[in-house]
Amino acid sequence: MSGGRLKTVVPYLYILPAMLFVVLIIVLPAISILFSGFLTSKAQQQVWHGLGNYVMIFKDNLFWISIVNNLRLFLSVPVMTVISVLIAAILFEKIAGWTFYQSIIFTPYILAIPVVGIVFSYLLQYRGVVNTILTAAGLNWAVMDWLGSPKIAIWSMIAVVIWKQFGFGVVLFLARLSSVSLSLFEAAIIDGANWWQRLLNVTIPQLAMVIEFYITVNLINMLSWVFDFVFVMTGGGPVNSTYVLEYYIYQKTFISSLDYLGAAGGVIVLIVAALLIALESSLRKRLEQME
Amino acid sequence: MSKGNRRKKHGLASRVFVQLFMLIVAILMIFPLYFMLSNSFKTSTEFLKNPVGPPVHFTFQTFLDAFKGKTFLQWFYNSIFLTAFSIMITTIVSGLAAFAFAKMQFRGRNLLFSCMIPLMAIPPIVMLIPLFKITSVLHILNTRISVILIYTGIMVPFTTYMFRNFFVSIPVSLMEAALIDGAGQFQSFSRIILPLSVPAIITACVVNAVWVWNELLIALVFLQKESLRTVIVGITVFKQRFTLNVPVIMAGLTLVTVPMIVFYIFGQRYLVQGLLSGAIKE
Repeated sequence: MSGGRLKTVVPYLYILPAMLFVVLIIVLPAISILFSGFLTSKAQQQVWHGLGNYVMIFKDNLFWISIVNNLRLFLSVPVMTVISVLIAAILFEKIAGWTFYQSIIFTPYILAIPVVGIVFSYLLQYRGVVNTILTAAGLNWAVMDWLGSPKIAIWSMIAVVIWKQFGFGVVLFLARLSSVSLSLFEAAIIDGANWWQRLLNVTIPQLAMVIEFYITVNLINMLSWVFDFVFVMTGGGPVNSTYVLEYYIYQKTFISSLDYLGAAGGVIVLIVAALLIALESSLRKRLEQME
Repeated sequence: MSKGNRRKKHGLASRVFVQLFMLIVAILMIFPLYFMLSNSFKTSTEFLKNPVGPPVHFTFQTFLDAFKGKTFLQWFYNSIFLTAFSIMITTIVSGLAAFAFAKMQFRGRNLLFSCMIPLMAIPPIVMLIPLFKITSVLHILNTRISVILIYTGIMVPFTTYMFRNFFVSIPVSLMEAALIDGAGQFQSFSRIILPLSVPAIITACVVNAVWVWNELLIALVFLQKESLRTVIVGITVFKQRFTLNVPVIMAGLTLVTVPMIVFYIFGQRYLVQGLLSGAIKE
């Protein structure tokens, strides 16, 4: 009898350490921030504040700047996807040197964002290399203060994000394509389809699920993994024009010590993330059924 | 015949075009790295005159300057320490859980396992505020152990997911043979499953090592003492300290990046496999 009971307990002992980590580091903090969003501190005491924190951040211009910039970052995802699909389709033809190109294109993805950010902040300076090259090429009209002008800085940063991230898409799509039956492509060639027709009618439909997955994962990244870029490239400036939600929460909580406002911002990030996660997991289910 | 010829010609022209296009892409991808590497061997006066070309007078003084004052070495040590321990704990904890998820029957198995995927996607900034409060209450702010525990917690869902998908593919018959031989469940795990899973373990370690080594936000918030800083946080400080001496900054960045590049060259297969395993079922 006791042996039988022991047997039913054993699996839980194996998963216990992992569950403890996950609950203590991810689940409980995520739940507790839901409560902190409704609290504030008065005379060093936690008191109920209702929706007060939310009212305050909704009145904060910086919060809206951050939201708009996160939305702009979302725009980079379709661009990244198009570039990745095109290059994956080119490399899939096994053109000369395709493995070399694949390795080179993937390299930025493994570099640390702070390293990338610092290097680009020198390249994009007003007296930096990019402008030197543009001047030398006679493109004086294109010379800009890439990170110093409030209108352009966020777009320059987005370009760097795309540069760093799209290589993963290329590798992902190539891996998927390698499991597609070659006869599909051969049939299209026999039917006289040219490269673009094959891309539209064979490659993209075959990649559809992986592309959807790639898009949702990157949307989550644009919400929750862009802090590093802002921190090293612009510090939120010029004139606060490159704030994103993560940076807003970091500033409120750890620099201005307004952690209840930070918590309210955190709840908003959590809600958006939850929507994206729901989207992603329904896609993943379909993806797994397909395979 | 003539049609075939035309296609061939068209093929050559488009091949040249494609190669040109890919070369431009490759140059765009590699140029920032080249910029970092070549400038770390220049003096600051040479950098001002010649920021793009290769160094004319090679100097290693930049690297010596970067190491001056010993802090850089200390940061390196901190990063290696955090990476090694958090990966070790993650691998053990996730391996045990994945074994149960893959090879044991118990109530709530599928439900608990399906929680792993959404947990991977919760933004770390959300957990940071409560974790910061807890660590300050427990007086473990500015300790390596707090950061190791946080890193482990964040890596466990992905690692468990990956291991479980790998373990599932190992035939049960191999384990049953061991059980008949009188080995307990743990032995069948350590003697049968683990040796067969070396590639999966390497893959997970490589992916996780790259992530921990490159991590900024958590290290920045939880390790505020100069002596505990990681090398990634260090270089952001570096940038402010050496603003006028760009080659020294580039030398610092090169030193941080070289371990990752070496990792990438030797572990490329594992790294790519591991990063894809989140998206494509093996």
